[in-house]
Amino acid sequence: MRYVVAKDSREVVDLLMEDKANLLLAGGTDVLVRMRLDERYPDRIIDIKKIPGVAEITEESGGFRIGAAVSGAQMGEHSQLKALWPGVVEAVELIGSTQVQGRATMAGNLCNGSPAADSVPAMLAAQAVARVEGPEGVSDQPVLALLDAPGQTKLGKAEFITSIFLPARPNLAGDAYLRFIPRTEMDIAVASAGVSLVLDEAGIVIEASVALGAVAPTAVMVSGAAQALIGTRLEAAPLQACAAACAAACSPIDDKRGTIEFRTKVAGVMACRAAITAYQRAGGQP
Amino acid sequence: MSKIHVSTQVNGDQVEFLCEPEETLLDVLRDHLNLTGAKEGCGTGDCGACSVTIDGRLVAACLVLGAEVEGSAVETVEGIGAPDALHPLQRQILQHAALQCGICTPGIIVAAKALLAQNPDPSEQEVRYWLAGNLCRCTGYDKIIRAVLAAAGEMRGENP
Repeated sequence: MRYVVAKDSREVVDLLMEDKANLLLAGGTDVLVRMRLDERYPDRIIDIKKIPGVAEITEESGGFRIGAAVSGAQMGEHSQLKALWPGVVEAVELIGSTQVQGRATMAGNLCNGSPAADSVPAMLAAQAVARVEGPEGVSDQPVLALLDAPGQTKLGKAEFITSIFLPARPNLAGDAYLRFIPRTEMDIAVASAGVSLVLDEAGIVIEASVALGAVAPTAVMVSGAAQALIGTRLEAAPLQACAAACAAACSPIDDKRGTIEFRTKVAGVMACRAAITAYQRAGGQP
Repeated sequence: MSKIHVSTQVNGDQVEFLCEPEETLLDVLRDHLNLTGAKEGCGTGDCGACSVTIDGRLVAACLVLGAEVEGSAVETVEGIGAPDALHPLQRQILQHAALQCGICTPGIIVAAKALLAQNPDPSEQEVRYWLAGNLCRCTGYDKIIRAVLAAAGEMRGENP
């Protein structure tokens, strides 16, 4: 294995175009574990952390651009980012221990392709957009469009993510992320939900997005659940409809962490509770 | 395979080493620099026994490549206190009997020091969450948490 520190994104794309087994290194909290457990090393590991801007959070058009090598700890310490997208930040901060937070990145969480990735439902609800560099140049792609299957994304050959953009939002807006795990810390979601809401002056939901994690081969957007919340103040009936839409969108697996039945039920519960938190963060009184 | 030349700072000293690209920072500390305070428990970032800081940021040294610390400042447990001048965390861990086999202790001291650097007056819950990635199979954690809280008090200048 060779270790290469890339100076810019062009160099990364050029290296990825060569016929070699490459792995990209940002936080390394998945990549290094996998290399060690599989005892399989790529021809090259390409460290992207020294690319200008890639380890920074920058304000842009009222939103925030999160570089692909920004750690969870950096996101948690950024008070303006936390104020704008508290749900996304709380999702990222749930990943691993303090030590893992010192290195783990949101872009890496997406690229690792786990259906249970904590940041992904929160990013979907936030309508986050990934900036992708590749042989064709730079493109901006919704995170949703990059989800493919367990362990893989729809990134093409020699494409990689340099940053993720979280857009601006109106004053009366809030988001939240919740997951069920059998203990209080350091575990993988059995079912999870990210919800983002925008309210009008009267406290009525005018925009909503609901996304679920760990209940399908990828995180899923549930437009039926979002529709159920729009035009309401999260009264009992719309919340029930939201939970039912979530259950209908689930196609989970049975495993040691949870059964199909349990995951299907809990996904809706998480979505409703996350919706209530998002509603309160948006300034609403349910 | 050619080795990588890395120049970095460890516990305030300028250090140079040669490492293989596959070697982790933990391998480098233990096998090349003879700093065996950081322990390898799991090697996959789960146990926290290899906790160190890089540029002040708490990380698991087993999840960092040695080559990555070029130009950084690494702090390990060897940089904390001295046999005749223990750090309050070390003294309180001894006084509270907060260790048995001792394998997790260096990681806990490094992690707790990083917590107190940014939060000198943590609640018990904050200490428990911060140290959730430092596994101890001997003590049941309670004495560790109490030792960290006592050290925090001592460092704030409060009487025990």
